[in-house]
Amino acid sequence: MEYLQQILFLITLGIASFILYKRIARIRSNIMLGKDIDLNNHKSQRLNNMLLIAFGQKKMFKRPVPAFLHFLIYFGFLVINLEVLEFVIDGLTGHHRIFAPLLGGLYPVLMNIFEFLAVAVLISCVIFLIRRNVIKVKRFHAREMTSWPTLDANLILIIEIVLMLAILTMNASDQLLQLKNDHYPDTGHLFFSSFLIPLFDGMSEGTLVFIERFAWWFHIVGILGFAVYITFSKHLHIFLAFPNTYYGDVTPKGEMRNMDAVTNEVNMMLGIQTEQPAEAPAEIARFGAKDVNDLTWKNVMNAYACTECGRCTSECPANQTGKLLSPRKIMMDTRDRAEEVGKSLAKGGKGLEDGKSLLGDYITKEEINACTSCNACVEACPISINPLEIILEMRRYVAMEESGSPASWNSMFQNIETNFAPWKFAPTDRFKWAEEFKED
Amino acid sequence: MSEYKVPTMAEMASAGESPEILFWVGCAGSFDDRYKNVTRAFIKILNKVGISFAVLGEEETCTGDPARRAGNEFLFQMQAVANIQTLNGYNVKKVVTACPHCFNTIKNEYPALGGNYEVMHHSSFLQQLINEGKVSLKGGGTFKGKKITYHDSCYLGRANNIYEAPRQVLEAIDAELVEMKRCRTKGFCCGAGGAQMFKDAEKGKKEVNIERTEEALNTGANTIAVACPFCMTMMSDGVKNKEKEAEVKVKDLAELIAESEGL
Repeated sequence: MEYLQQILFLITLGIASFILYKRIARIRSNIMLGKDIDLNNHKSQRLNNMLLIAFGQKKMFKRPVPAFLHFLIYFGFLVINLEVLEFVIDGLTGHHRIFAPLLGGLYPVLMNIFEFLAVAVLISCVIFLIRRNVIKVKRFHAREMTSWPTLDANLILIIEIVLMLAILTMNASDQLLQLKNDHYPDTGHLFFSSFLIPLFDGMSEGTLVFIERFAWWFHIVGILGFAVYITFSKHLHIFLAFPNTYYGDVTPKGEMRNMDAVTNEVNMMLGIQTEQPAEAPAEIARFGAKDVNDLTWKNVMNAYACTECGRCTSECPANQTGKLLSPRKIMMDTRDRAEEVGKSLAKGGKGLEDGKSLLGDYITKEEINACTSCNACVEACPISINPLEIILEMRRYVAMEESGSPASWNSMFQNIETNFAPWKFAPTDRFKWAEEFKED
Repeated sequence: MSEYKVPTMAEMASAGESPEILFWVGCAGSFDDRYKNVTRAFIKILNKVGISFAVLGEEETCTGDPARRAGNEFLFQMQAVANIQTLNGYNVKKVVTACPHCFNTIKNEYPALGGNYEVMHHSSFLQQLINEGKVSLKGGGTFKGKKITYHDSCYLGRANNIYEAPRQVLEAIDAELVEMKRCRTKGFCCGAGGAQMFKDAEKGKKEVNIERTEEALNTGANTIAVACPFCMTMMSDGVKNKEKEAEVKVKDLAELIAESEGL
């Protein structure tokens, strides 16, 4: 019986790890549905971006109030993981607060810091819930914020509050047990949880042990459960923000990626000799993007990293003036489609060949056509997601594979082809503006 | 003969000369009646400072920017490769343009196709002239103390991080610069980028340029400074729509400098 808790914990940890492993493998393979792209250049700049933007939260601070609250949760999450480490070691070894004797006088200090952060996280989450549900901050309420995204956001906040309450409950009952039982090492006075002590004062030792154990199990199982939940949720940004900022763009925002396959054809058409030996033109699967596999893995990772904060959409000029386009929806659709394809493939289904596609079934032409390519969404994203790239790739598909661009764009194309200007002017009139200088 | 010269690359080449800079006029600068004035203002400034420059004249063609952004990569590359052949044929080293779209495309997108030049937008170029004292603006000139608001072009600002040069040009003409709420990295698009210039907007509750014009008018400025032909058209249309064209003028940086210089 002595080892029962340890065995139970090992089984719990094992199950959680297995599910997590399966989920991560699935997400990875979904991301890899995207085309390969070599992003191993500019390593020091990329590292720098990751440190500043993900670790340093640089872009969050464009909006100071949510940035401050988010920082408390972020910092709390980083630090409280040390306590989770102790939980796991205790769970496996049967010790209680294994770090306490090792750290001596430092332990109570650390515990108080953890408690402070736990309370900071708790308060921040409550304020975030109020912002979403009572103040109804506009960017959290849009066409794409249907029932699941809304519920998902609230669930995350509520779970975090409950997990923090569990830590405080555990510490309160633990402080009472320290007076009665040698198994519970002295943690010193813990400031925040001691406010809860009156709730448990006068309870029998057995009841206190039950409450302490319940809170302990609740917290650790909660964390493991939350970790699994995150893989189904927009909250995945807590991990993917790091690779996402590392692999974020290092080129000027105005630069569109060159399509080398087109360059080969253009050079051949214009009879230009290239330095590279003429390779047989590789069979080009598709120009532009119709479905997730036409995007790059970076685009799909962007989608999994998106936490649906809507800063992109709240800055988008098309969205602000009532057009259908929402950069956040572009990212959510990309993720949903990747999930759908991944799920189908895992079941041995048709995957990409299911008769659906990202463009058409998820994202409409009306949405992508409304984009002014102003880069406001790219600038706004706190973790370097680029919705514009996806939009422009889809326009490439529509223009080159479907010839389905709006009629006025087709006439613009024609003007450029025949008159070398997007407007219908004679090329011979191009220099007429200088006539007044010549005539005097 | 006019006091202003507009040499072409072809003329220069046949005289065995090569200018220091190529002024890339752009389609709007060549054909748009309103924007031709910006082209001429910039020519006057170039003449005034005595820099050696040339234009391509009829040899210039669209950079391909709107085609690329509308998705027609073939057309873009056909244009780009042809332009690069022309530029490389004249051994061009430095390009200055008044159009942020031409600027972005030649600077950022032509290198992948073999076109490598030092490319400047005219706002940075003008700022440089002012810093070097080549354009010495008269204190207490036409714009002294007048309220001007500057509308950031997406393709200068967010796309290429040019936020300060245009503002320094405006400060140099002694104007009082009033910022709109959305400026610099948070600047609000005029609505014409990404080839929107060439089609009607999708259905919405408002046109982008109207929203932006309202914001500009709310600053109380009587001049809206722009640095892009698309922004020029969109803001001018917005001002017209609000029936404010008598009080509020939309002007390009080059026009403001030329005017301030009495050119």
